[in-house]
Formats: sequence, C-alpha cells, structure tokens
Amino acid sequence: MDEALRERIKATIESHRVVLFMKGNKNFPQCGFSAQVLGLLKQNGAEFRDVNILADADLRTGLKEYSNWPTFPQLYVDGQLIGGCDIVTSLNESGELKTLLAAKTG
Amino acid sequence: MIEPAEVERLLKARFADAELELIDLTGTQDHYQARIVSSAFNGKSLIEQHQLVYGALGAAMGSAIHAFALKTYTPEAWAKISRGSDGRSPT
Repeated sequence: MDEALRERIKATIESHRVVLFMKGNKNFPQCGFSAQVLGLLKQNGAEFRDVNILADADLRTGLKEYSNWPTFPQLYVDGQLIGGCDIVTSLNESGELKTLLAAKTG
Repeated sequence: MIEPAEVERLLKARFADAELELIDLTGTQDHYQARIVSSAFNGKSLIEQHQLVYGALGAAMGSAIHAFALKTYTPEAWAKISRGSDGRSPT
C-alpha cells in the first residue's frame, strides 16, 4: 500500500470518533452484515460517520491490509478497530458496545 | 467455494487443540458459520482472536469464502457459557 493511501485511511478513521466502513451507506446498506451493525449503532444512539467502501476501490483494498481484517463492515472507535458484524453483535449482547460508544467525549 | 473439509484442515493446522463446529449456512460452500474453542485464544482480545482465525484461513477469506460468521472462545470462557453460570443465557 502506498503512503498516500495509508495517510488517507488514517485521516478517514480519525475524522470522527465512530466510523463505520460499510457496503452502501447509512440510508441504504447493501449487505446484511453492514445493515446489522448499522442497526446496532442506531439502536445505541451512536453518532457516527458512514463510509461506503463500494464507492472507493482503493480504500476497500487498502483498509483490509491496514486493519488486518479481510471483510466488511469494519467499525472503528477512537481510531481503534473494534471488529466486524460478529464482534459488534457480541459486544452489544454483553452491553459493552453501549459503554464503548458512550466513553470519553472529550 | 471451498470444501468444508479444507476449511477444517486449515483451522486444525493452526488451532491443534480446537473444538470446532463448522456449518455451511447456504449449502453453497462459501457462507460458513464457525464456533472455535481453543487455548490459542487465551489472553487475547476478541478482535485478536478473530484476526488469528482469519490469518489461518489466509487467501481463502474474502475470495473462496464470502461470509464467515465466527464465534471464538477460550476453553475457560466456553466452559462458563456451556454451564450457563455467567448469569446470561447464550442466544
């Protein structure tokens, strides 16, 4: 991955406290797994930025390497990869997702 | 597409002690669900556990395998859940 792409990914991840890289967007998810994570974020009242990786082939390829994570969706909170659909679902069931999303605002 | 036996072989090669349950969700050999219990997950965060599994699947992940619904447990965590003694029922 070239340095420009790495910088662009980093800037995107840091552009908002909570960033969801997904297939489609928050109004029109184009994959069941993306839709599920989207639903959980909304259910927990999270403010987040959505990034449609289907609209950006470089980002889609680069992010898999950057995150060491082969699939989408990918949820980032405070610059850290939290996980995909399975992990976010588990965290929601245990109540940890709410805590994570609510943590430190300043 | 990838044969279930090949998926199991890849996982067993990385997680020798694994208790493994693998389900072909669609019958098309590209959407799988897996539950893996292994001591290799001890002391690792959930995301690190899943990264280990994806690493074991290597190039198959995201090409031959379109979807891989994954649950990972340390032997200790799994013992708790299967006993139901953590106070919440598995869903």
